[in-house]
Amino acid sequence: MFEAISFLSKIIIPALLAFIPLYAASRKIPVYESFVEGAKEGFPTAVQLIPHLVAMMVAVSIFRETGALQFYLALFKPLLAWVHFPEEVLPLGLLRPISGTGALAFAESIFRSDGPDSYLGRLASTMQGSTDTTLYVLTVYFGAVGIRRSLYAVKVGLMADLTGVIASWFIVSQIFGS
Amino acid sequence: MVNYIWLFMIVSGVVAGAVQGELDLVTQAALKGAKEGVAVCIGLISILVFWLGMMRIAQDAGLLEKLAGLLGPLARLLFPGVPRDHPAMGYILSNMSANLFGLGNAATPMGLKAMEELQKLNPNKKTATPAMCTLLALNTSGLTLIPTTIIGIRMEYGSANPTEIIGTTLFATCCSTVAAVLLDRWFRQRSLDAG
Repeated sequence: MFEAISFLSKIIIPALLAFIPLYAASRKIPVYESFVEGAKEGFPTAVQLIPHLVAMMVAVSIFRETGALQFYLALFKPLLAWVHFPEEVLPLGLLRPISGTGALAFAESIFRSDGPDSYLGRLASTMQGSTDTTLYVLTVYFGAVGIRRSLYAVKVGLMADLTGVIASWFIVSQIFGS
Repeated sequence: MVNYIWLFMIVSGVVAGAVQGELDLVTQAALKGAKEGVAVCIGLISILVFWLGMMRIAQDAGLLEKLAGLLGPLARLLFPGVPRDHPAMGYILSNMSANLFGLGNAATPMGLKAMEELQKLNPNKKTATPAMCTLLALNTSGLTLIPTTIIGIRMEYGSANPTEIIGTTLFATCCSTVAAVLLDRWFRQRSLDAG
């Protein structure tokens, strides 16, 4: 199963790169000009994202590097002890929605201290893969088209992240045991 | 809500710095964050230029409409507000397929194109539409078949079985995606009822 999917993931891009232009050419589309025309939009889109991403990453960086994150983590500890959630991976749960690189770095630190095949290592791996970086996705997707009012989108994203954390904890404990 | 989260992160960071008597930490962190933000955008340039070029060929050849027609029923269920033949549908579906195969690089440009198309349908350009919220929900919950990044890192750290977490991750990401879709539905209904 894994081999099949990973094989597919590997060949899908080269296959698309051959198929799309060939198919277009067969329908008399000037493929080169078409590509350039579409590619022109890439640079302005990326540049337009700069203010949004800088704003978000400055806030995340201040929150993390000053130790404010640690302070809030400490507040959650008693609650976690009560439900027996392993407190070592809590920072990952909180980092995951706000900072992709931060979460990855934290997962690596768990691999270093406990090993990737430990309970904590497996839990961290599963949590890392279970959701995407909500704030980043929100910033980029809404920033690119200039949406200011995001309605309920943030709430939905964060609640889904929480579901991912709980589901990871449940399934890893069930499959691998704690 | 983003405004509150943003303010909360900055204010609590500055307070934490002040309490420890290390306010220069705040300045350093701010500049570091700004640098990271720009670096991410620079990294996005090549990906966006390349994929938006490819996607334009697909669009000109009518491939996106084909894709939309193929997977239409599922998409119409998730995005009832989008007309069935609208180009947004094709981009939404390419975005979802790219995510599923773990092609995060390709997923972002397609998602941004989808947002752009959805924005054309938006009567109020500063406020998100329900369809935009659904697209965002699907992307934040990160439904993917193979978590390639974490498998790579597990390998680096000498895991005996780096891929053993595929099953558990798939379970967890399915849970978060189902939660995202249901919550999105629920909040959408509530906002429609209220307004």
